[in-house]
Amino acid sequence: MDIHEYQAKKILSDFGVKIPTGGIVYSPENAENKAREIGGSKWVVKAQVHSGARGKAGGIIICNSPLEVADATDKLLGKKLITNQTGPEGKIINRIYIEEATDIKHELYLGLVFDRSSESIMVVASTEGGMSVEEISKEKPETIIRSKIEVAVGIQQFQAREIAFGLGIESKLISRAANTIIGCYKAFSELDATMVEVNPLVVSHQDEILALDCKMSFDNNAMFRRDEIAELRDKTQENSNEVYASDRGMNYVSLDGNIGNIINGAGLAMASMDMIKLAGGQPANFLDVGGGATPEKIVKAFKLISMDTKVKVILVNIFAGINRCDWVAEGIVQALSKIEIKHPLVIRLAGTNVEKGNEILKKSNINYIEASTLEDAANKAVKAL
Amino acid sequence: MSIIIHKNTKILVQGFTGKIGSFHAEEMIKYGSNVVGGVTPGKGGMTHLNLPVFNTVKEAVDQTGASTSILFVPPTFAADSAMEAADAGIKTCVAITDGIPSHDMVKIKRYMRRYPKDKKMGLVGPNCAGIISPGKSMLGIMPGHIYKEGKIGIVSRSGTLGYEAAQQLKDLEIGVSTSVGIGGDPINGSSFRDIIEKFENDDETIAVLMIGEIGGPQEVEAGQFAKENMSKPVIAYIAGLTAPKGRVMGHAGAIVSAYGESAIEKVELLKECGVTISKNPSVMGETVKKVLVENNLN
Repeated sequence: MDIHEYQAKKILSDFGVKIPTGGIVYSPENAENKAREIGGSKWVVKAQVHSGARGKAGGIIICNSPLEVADATDKLLGKKLITNQTGPEGKIINRIYIEEATDIKHELYLGLVFDRSSESIMVVASTEGGMSVEEISKEKPETIIRSKIEVAVGIQQFQAREIAFGLGIESKLISRAANTIIGCYKAFSELDATMVEVNPLVVSHQDEILALDCKMSFDNNAMFRRDEIAELRDKTQENSNEVYASDRGMNYVSLDGNIGNIINGAGLAMASMDMIKLAGGQPANFLDVGGGATPEKIVKAFKLISMDTKVKVILVNIFAGINRCDWVAEGIVQALSKIEIKHPLVIRLAGTNVEKGNEILKKSNINYIEASTLEDAANKAVKAL
Repeated sequence: MSIIIHKNTKILVQGFTGKIGSFHAEEMIKYGSNVVGGVTPGKGGMTHLNLPVFNTVKEAVDQTGASTSILFVPPTFAADSAMEAADAGIKTCVAITDGIPSHDMVKIKRYMRRYPKDKKMGLVGPNCAGIISPGKSMLGIMPGHIYKEGKIGIVSRSGTLGYEAAQQLKDLEIGVSTSVGIGGDPINGSSFRDIIEKFENDDETIAVLMIGEIGGPQEVEAGQFAKENMSKPVIAYIAGLTAPKGRVMGHAGAIVSAYGESAIEKVELLKECGVTISKNPSVMGETVKKVLVENNLN
């Protein structure tokens, strides 16, 4: 789960990381007042959408008067911001963050993720703040500092100091920088985060160390014990079909193609998408209804796929284990008596009682194309387009 | 022989009396697995499915001599149960539970490090289908009858894709020595490398089919291990050629975040390690067969 910049900064500041003074606003009038309240002579107006690269897309505007702040807010609010990460449909701007401008001396990069090889928390830092970590690793890999943190004891002062010295931070600011790194680590480890990225982390001309931008992602599996994080979810930033699916316990990812698919199991779902591509088609989605593929889940899955206007053909691929194909077939028949499907439908059943399952489908009055193997199913789906 | 579980392996079910635990315990017993009891804290002394229920794993191990456990405990308590198993001297614990937080997985793995190698528990999963040694024992939630007894080792992240492979092999009259599901989570108990090493050391297994997917370094690490240490052929399929970068594809671990984690990159890196690639998921069985013929192993 992703959260907004302003939410992430609030969390960091609770862990002792310094952030520029700022506030969230929902209208131009609000924005003007907020700018006066913050004070100073220069402000930054920042569109709050779940995406990086907002600056390049025009989502971050520097202003020199409260009136300019109001104008900039007016320009952004309610619009869609299209960045190189949002896809062509962009993301709606419903909230604006107004912040005092920072007098930047150095821009640094600081990120924390799980390292899957060592199963520890990895701190990644670089002197090249402001660039994405992918760009840094391509263009300035020599500037990257990596430090593995033993989770059982957590980050130590010396480790944070080593990173800070590695970033070339002046001696008098070292302990301030180390505490900033420790604050980020604590936010990561105490809140079930999967990613904390401060980019840029800046050293100001006033010798302050500030988190100027921050992205955080959290482990969906840990939300049962993180009410305070779960409530930060902003569904307007997610694909509406994906929200529908995740609220109903299905794993769904919207894609660009036109073959909708309903599969049980994440691995089989990825494999089926691959087969569609090899057969010359493009999947409209990834959908894993879960290993069980119960009739209720299949009904929900058909509903979800029929909501996607891109879909021209539907491919159902179920490997029934303990749940037997005859039972799955009954679920499909049941689902189709409740939902009208206008597109060609290809069904491939495999596993336990496959003959019985196919017989049930044949005897029903549903209009479908039967497929035997994964490959056969993909070929028939592409042909039906 | 098979790996990890054999005909007489004594099995405990953690989360025994729950709906899911009961259902799969019964399936395992029907298959012929030697289930000796279960653990549900607070229900010790009860009898369930004609087997004893214990309050603690330690007590269950003391009284039944069980060496192995399977975990159906909900995600909220799963980490605690896995650590309890490790502490009670369980040698292999298969965690079926889906949805254990990553921070908890890291904690479990740290906890297990306190034991010397010969006393350390092997954790398989979580979010996996479990293990089956066809004809001998089933420690999982798979449909047992799709596995034919034989000599191919299967190791897979995905459950259903592992079933797909077993079925394809059975259709070609090729059997399986043991099939291990290692699960779809980013931090898991046993890696591909851990399992293929066991297959290399197993007399009965003649070749290994590895079914991986996008995300993480494990498939490539296994490939490197195979190149340096294995005499048996390894065949692999990697799912997720069409998966977009940066998105989680169902399995929490199926996300491309670094070089070498996409399906295309993994396939290239595995080929360099001498692993035979099944070019699509429909020909996993055929590819294994071809490799067996080429190596005079059929």
